[in-house]
Amino acid sequence: MPPVASGAGRSYAIAAMDQPATRTDPANSSGHTHIAFDDGITLECGTPLRRHTVAYRTYGTLNADRSNAVLVCHALTGDQYVAEPHPITGKPGWWDTVVGPGRPVDTTRFFVICPNVLGGCMGSTGPLSNRELPDGTVIDEPWGTEFPPVTIRDMVRAQKRLIEYLGIDRLFAVLGGSMGGMQVLQWAALYPDAVFAALPIATASYHSAQNIAFHEVGRQAIFADPDWQNGQYWRSGRIPARGLAVARMCAHITYLSEEALTRKFGRRLQNAPKDSTEAISLFGEMFEVESYLRHQGSTFVQRFDANSYLTITRAMDYFDLGADCGGDLATAFKGSRTRFLLASFTSDWLFPTTQSRSVARALNRAGANVSFVEFPTDKGHDAFLLEEPDFHRALAGFLRGCAVHAGLETGE
Amino acid sequence: MSTLDPVRFLTKNMRVDLALIAGMIAPGTRVLDIGCGDGALIGHLFQTKSCDARGIEIDMDEVTRAVAHGLPVMHGDADIDLAHYPDSAFDYVVLSRALQAVERPRAVLRQMLRIGTRAIVSFPNFGHWLVRWQLLSTGRMPMTEAWDRPWHETPNIHPCTIRDFFVLCEEEGYVVERWLAADDGGRRRPWRRLSRMANLFGEQGLFLLRHR
Repeated sequence: MPPVASGAGRSYAIAAMDQPATRTDPANSSGHTHIAFDDGITLECGTPLRRHTVAYRTYGTLNADRSNAVLVCHALTGDQYVAEPHPITGKPGWWDTVVGPGRPVDTTRFFVICPNVLGGCMGSTGPLSNRELPDGTVIDEPWGTEFPPVTIRDMVRAQKRLIEYLGIDRLFAVLGGSMGGMQVLQWAALYPDAVFAALPIATASYHSAQNIAFHEVGRQAIFADPDWQNGQYWRSGRIPARGLAVARMCAHITYLSEEALTRKFGRRLQNAPKDSTEAISLFGEMFEVESYLRHQGSTFVQRFDANSYLTITRAMDYFDLGADCGGDLATAFKGSRTRFLLASFTSDWLFPTTQSRSVARALNRAGANVSFVEFPTDKGHDAFLLEEPDFHRALAGFLRGCAVHAGLETGE
Repeated sequence: MSTLDPVRFLTKNMRVDLALIAGMIAPGTRVLDIGCGDGALIGHLFQTKSCDARGIEIDMDEVTRAVAHGLPVMHGDADIDLAHYPDSAFDYVVLSRALQAVERPRAVLRQMLRIGTRAIVSFPNFGHWLVRWQLLSTGRMPMTEAWDRPWHETPNIHPCTIRDFFVLCEEEGYVVERWLAADDGGRRRPWRRLSRMANLFGEQGLFLLRHR
């Protein structure tokens, strides 16, 4: 299985909501560390990909017996830049409070791997990659909406290839929040012997009807943008920035909580930007929360591809690990020797504690070793990404306990 | 950045009755500690006896503390969550000083002996002479070291005596493999064969049960 370098990248003009069009290159594989596998992967939908690329970042050093590897799985709009500045936005890594030297996932002790998911737009194979025809020839045009539907399991299988390529038989830990947590559960179910510890955070074993509903609103916002052009927006060079931004705004509300919104913004007003072409300037003023959401939307479209958003939201919607195992989630974990930590947050209504608790109970039914904590916070689903000292202490302590059991280190 | 808590395997502060419980548990066994608090017992069992010891705790602060110390503890309720474990998943299921606080003690005991081969139960003895004396002399609910909360706010909704517990075991068909009475500090009291004396002078009872 000789891995080959690949450069399946593409660039579009980006017209963000309030900004003049700028040129960025959100998904050029050649700009990201990556590995291309040319022996193919058959997706759950039945479509074979003859070659696929996994973009990834690593931090820390793999020890001599290759036993200190930790895989971090990113969420819907995350990417592999977990603990370093983002190459497009320049913002700090999305989980640099959790991953780094001296952090709960301590990169001086662990070798941390974070891949971009299959279907993503930061270098891994996805709708931005050059399209593969059924006969295997690759044409100089992106997949776009022709990209086959992928599942969380497909993402995990692609990641397994990366782990094997890196020479790792067993991961010390796999962790991630939200969709990252779905991947963690899938990892533990699919490759139980390759996962010593699993940390599914603020997640669920299936995507709820309410969550699918919010995703559908986002997708419809993208479809409703005239610049979407049936997903072939590379032809005109105009991306569906408005639609994607609205999708992001809608989703962002679900990541917060009423309490957090009230605390951060209340009913405060501010002047509408004078140069704004938006209808909101009709009022001359806007609520701070509106301004905040518009900012979230406009910065998002600079780094994310609309077709990727459609592909990945769909993968989340399809996720139902219990149904995949004949209806009983416990079956997925029967006989598992993996040590689990489930964590949820009180104000998270997108992936509420009841969801984590039902996973914990399924793990109990399977006889697995489970820790389960709910952390009090008003920050909603986003809490898993933010400064939550109790959560971070629990992560660190759990990993240290696991390290003792794995023989990575001794108790004091 | 928070400092990393060391993995703590508590032995120093472990309540003495936990030491008595630990004395009943064979090395290398699978143990579930219900109401494990900060996980003192399970940490001790892992460290000194290489047990696969896990815990359930209803107080989230305690759960957080236990997990931050690297101990496998999940948030859960003895009245609800035991039903989710498979039969005979453990060699021992421990309920230390919590029987009187659960909603359905009889059902909890049944679950314990379904999911575990043996159950270890300790509880404060409501038959202790001081409790009896206070009720008799003042006519009011007793307040002692073991029963230290007023009746209207105590979590101990199902007080029982050592003799009561023997009767329950008889009714349910449990074999009492070992039992002892201890004072509140967990020091063993010498009334091993005299349950009536133990019921009068023991501040807590400790039982090792199995199915007949």
